[in-house]
Amino acid sequence: MANQLHVQVVAVEEKVWSGDAEMVVARTTEGELGVLPGHSPLLGLLKEPSQVRVKLAGGEQLTYDVAGGFLSVDANGVTVLAESATPATPDAH
Amino acid sequence: MAGQVQALRRRIRTVKSTKKIAKAQELVATSRIAKAQERVQASKPYAEAITEVLTALASNASVDNPLLQPRERVRRAGVLLITSDRGLAGAYNANAIRMCEQLLARLREDGKEVALYIVGRKGVGYYRFRNRPIETSWTGFSERPSFSDARAIGDALLEAFIAGADDEDGNYGPDGIQGVDELHIVSTQFKSLMTQAAEARFLAPMQVEEREREPGLRPAYEFEPEAEELLNALLPKYLNTRIYAALLDSAASESASRRRAMKSASDNADDLLKRYTREMNSARQAAITQEISEIVGGANALAAAGSDG
Repeated sequence: MANQLHVQVVAVEEKVWSGDAEMVVARTTEGELGVLPGHSPLLGLLKEPSQVRVKLAGGEQLTYDVAGGFLSVDANGVTVLAESATPATPDAH
Repeated sequence: MAGQVQALRRRIRTVKSTKKIAKAQELVATSRIAKAQERVQASKPYAEAITEVLTALASNASVDNPLLQPRERVRRAGVLLITSDRGLAGAYNANAIRMCEQLLARLREDGKEVALYIVGRKGVGYYRFRNRPIETSWTGFSERPSFSDARAIGDALLEAFIAGADDEDGNYGPDGIQGVDELHIVSTQFKSLMTQAAEARFLAPMQVEEREREPGLRPAYEFEPEAEELLNALLPKYLNTRIYAALLDSAASESASRRRAMKSASDNADDLLKRYTREMNSARQAAITQEISEIVGGANALAAAGSDG
């Protein structure tokens, strides 16, 4: 468990996804960052619009288009809060 | 006699169709309550998370945001009233409006001017009929509010609040816009299916509650961007979340209130139907009895006349 992140993706109108993942990649207003287990606590405002990628244990990846979002990392895991978060259509490449 | 029977029959037909409408409304409202409650539940994780984040932020950063600073002198207060678009919801709107009136009276007593912001056709109708000025109004979503509705309201309120910062007596400040110095919200809280209560609450400036810190390590957050900038970005979102929560709660209350009103309406219709049916039957029976006695009387009279001859 220690090398898993507990991730929640929460939109205003509903909880979009929650579960365990290996890594979360997001882009804040300062730049892109990846969050691995054991990351120090962080609050970040996400770039507008941006994508959040959640990498799962099996090598799978979930991508969400996020608007009006921010990111909170603490000891319990990662929470992505957004005004709207929708699963992104898979990239063409 | 026959006329009375016909009149009663007509009334029964009217009551029956009224009952059908009430019953249908009741069923619709019942399913809407469930949906509205689901949406209240669905919005909780976000509200909880943003509250947590703001608490972390406020206790880590120095608090310096117009939304958190009480103004020295409050000249004008903005009041957001949430009502429904449609009637037939019992005392739902009347209660909300009464609560709003109480708040307005209290604000005026304190020497504050009032700016009214209204959601829902019923509230708009009430104030427009009385020729009272309405700052802005929104209608058309009282039963199914979405977050973008809340955001539109939040943006307008925030703009007025920010514009109020530089107002002086008789002078609207450099921006020339008359803003407000504090914000209140009047909405209906969904307590249970049977109880909904209109409530007036303070919306802005917000108060930072210093929560008792748990002993032990408090995570020292890193901020991206700077804490202050982050706070500026998050507080309006928080305001919108609160408005959204109030809209959802009010929508659930509206449906619950309507369900109750329509239930008692269809129960009353049942009672009326029973009474009218009984009255109609006895009127019909009376008419028949009278006809029979007239016939018998007539026959007797004829027989008497025959035996005389």
